Amino acid sequence: MKFSHYLEKITGVGIYPMISLLLFVAFFTAVTIIVFKTSKETISEMESLPLDNN
Amino acid sequence: MQLQKFSYDNRIPKMFAIATMFWGAIGMLVGVLAAFQLAFPALNFGLPFTTFGRVRPVHTNAVIFAFVGNGIFTAVYYSLPRLLKTSMWSNKLSKIHFWGWQLIILVGAITLLMGYTSSKEYAELEWPLDIAIAIIWVIFGINMFGTILTRRERYLYVAIWFYIGSWVTVAMLHIVNSFELPVSFFKSYSWYAGVQDALVQWWYGHNAVAFFLTTPYLGLMYYFLPKAANRPIYSYRLSIVHFWSLIFLYIWAGPHHLLYTALPDWAQSLGTAFSIMLLLPSWGGMLNGLFTLRGAWDKVREEPVLKFFVVAVTCYGMSTFEGPMLSLKNVNAISHYSDWTIAHVHVGALGWNGFLTFGMLYWLIPKLFNTKLYSKKLASTHFWIGTLGIVLYAIPMYWAAFRSYFMMKAFTPAGQLQYQFIDVVQSIVPFYVLRAIGGTIYLTGVLVMVYNLVKTAKQGKFVATEEAEAPALEKNYKSPVGSFWHAVIERKPIMLLTLSLIVVGIGGLVEMVPTFLIKENVPTITSVKPYTPLELQGRDIYIREGCSNCHSQMIRPFRYEVARYGEYSKAGEFVYDHPFLWGSKRTGPDLAREGGKNADSWHFNHMLEPTSMSPGSIMPAYPWLFENDVDVATTNSKIYAMRKMGVPYPDGYESQANKDLHEQANKIATNLKKDKIQVDSKKEIIALIAYLQRLGKDIKTGETSSNNISANN
Repeated sequence: MKFSHYLEKITGVGIYPMISLLLFVAFFTAVTIIVFKTSKETISEMESLPLDNN
Repeated sequence: MQLQKFSYDNRIPKMFAIATMFWGAIGMLVGVLAAFQLAFPALNFGLPFTTFGRVRPVHTNAVIFAFVGNGIFTAVYYSLPRLLKTSMWSNKLSKIHFWGWQLIILVGAITLLMGYTSSKEYAELEWPLDIAIAIIWVIFGINMFGTILTRRERYLYVAIWFYIGSWVTVAMLHIVNSFELPVSFFKSYSWYAGVQDALVQWWYGHNAVAFFLTTPYLGLMYYFLPKAANRPIYSYRLSIVHFWSLIFLYIWAGPHHLLYTALPDWAQSLGTAFSIMLLLPSWGGMLNGLFTLRGAWDKVREEPVLKFFVVAVTCYGMSTFEGPMLSLKNVNAISHYSDWTIAHVHVGALGWNGFLTFGMLYWLIPKLFNTKLYSKKLASTHFWIGTLGIVLYAIPMYWAAFRSYFMMKAFTPAGQLQYQFIDVVQSIVPFYVLRAIGGTIYLTGVLVMVYNLVKTAKQGKFVATEEAEAPALEKNYKSPVGSFWHAVIERKPIMLLTLSLIVVGIGGLVEMVPTFLIKENVPTITSVKPYTPLELQGRDIYIREGCSNCHSQMIRPFRYEVARYGEYSKAGEFVYDHPFLWGSKRTGPDLAREGGKNADSWHFNHMLEPTSMSPGSIMPAYPWLFENDVDVATTNSKIYAMRKMGVPYPDGYESQANKDLHEQANKIATNLKKDKIQVDSKKEIIALIAYLQRLGKDIKTGETSSNNISANN
């Protein structure tokens, strides 16, 4: 079995990096919005988790 | 609500902590040996298993997978149960994980020294060990997820996200990069060839740095830094953004290891763009760590643990600033193949991984033995020794890199190269000595730590288990009205796992699929032919001796490289290279066009005594190649394996391959006889000469015309 060359041609390979950039921007924006919408109580509950034991 | 009783096990973290120190000292000692070998070639001792080409992979693998690996597991087995208020899911699996991992390290070190290597950096171990690693890694994952699913704490702290993200990505990277076809026990060929192999390898190699040396250690930072400072992390929100953007971006950055090579241009640009974007989350994480200590800097002055953490996080910031800079093409032109890369990784490894590990151990060992640190003063001494070691290691390497760059690219007014390669090597040797001294100083600090921690353990009493209690997790939990959906991810580990896998999977696919599927991206060259059986055997000797640790086979399209080494390398030249051997460091000259440059007798004498042909050379001698016979019994299965992977040997060629092999070997032996060298044509040196004389010749015949290169053939 050969692991390469199933297709012979590609037009506009530049679309691949563009897709990746757009994906990241969308993803990053979503994460940032979510993070800032999380309530203060939840955040402070989570951030003190390592300090619980002693 | 009713409280449930359970206990935290300290035995496994203790075992992993001891293994961390043990392998750390060994791995660094091997590194010091390798460093001195570059300055004093006599330290190669003329033995196969002590030459640099085999020692260097032992050093890198030991430091990454044995030292840092055991460091990760120490942190996970200590922090995971405590963050989730439960015991580890299975003590038996923990033990299998521990002993299995140590066994892999031991067998790995032995087989690497014996010359069993895939030649792919940080993935050198051969196929039986690749399978063993996969099994142990899955066992670790089962144990980790078992623990997470039986937890008594609803939220997963961000450190655990980093553990989960690292686990799933390392699993993916390891499996994809380890696709190889075994030809015998402990010998295999990479399934991919040439450009594709290089792309997969550096997608793996870069992310081994990302998901083995960085993300799990960020988990460690997010747990132990707040613990040691006794205050929460500066911004928990920032840590969430840090996590998601880091794992999203890291996976794309691999191609920056292949700038100016024969990799398609769009893939190189992709690597650069994502590497630069990486600067933001990395620095977000660094600032998050440092700001945690705001208003507590007085503590840093007194507490060695915090001192180590501060320098570790600072080094993280420095290397993650340097990394994106190195991925700019113009900077990479200077740094690639040079000692700059070595300096860069060591600021990361010695500063970030080393110091974070030391800080963790100084905090953890007294806790495990219910006592105080034996000597804070010694720990502070270690801190200063270690810092000095890093500085003395890094500065000579930066200096050497720039020095060699300016010498390499210098032309005389008449348009000739001003310096021979050997002139450059000679002027770099003093820096190799300084670097080796820096490494020795750093190792001394580690030994001081081991002494201090052994004393600490002796003055205390080991606490095998710690009792604890917590209420069980409510079943059918309903989130309060108005909470956001991200809170759901924080409660659902499997969803977190799947999401991380999707995030890193997209990155891997978009990066690799086009190069794999599209013929246009790797133009074929009609004159490029498969290796003859003798050359193939010679190539495997080249791999076995680790020649690619010092010699690249990839000429970049620069005037000073083309003038020095010959026509720059084309993607189509490597289509039969399973695995690719581009290398990543030029301690010796590039060999991509070595074929026909020197006489057979030159190579013969050079391999026996490098300085006889090239005075001032720091290359080791390879006397055993003149005593051992080529293992012709393997020719058959090697040819067969190559054809399986698409190398166009005619059907049934394997049965007559050895006839061709002997014919070619006799020709070389006759040729050597003309130069008054008597040698049995069965010896390994003959095969190696055959391979070296073949390198780059395929397109040499018509190298002036680019007509040979066509996209449609």
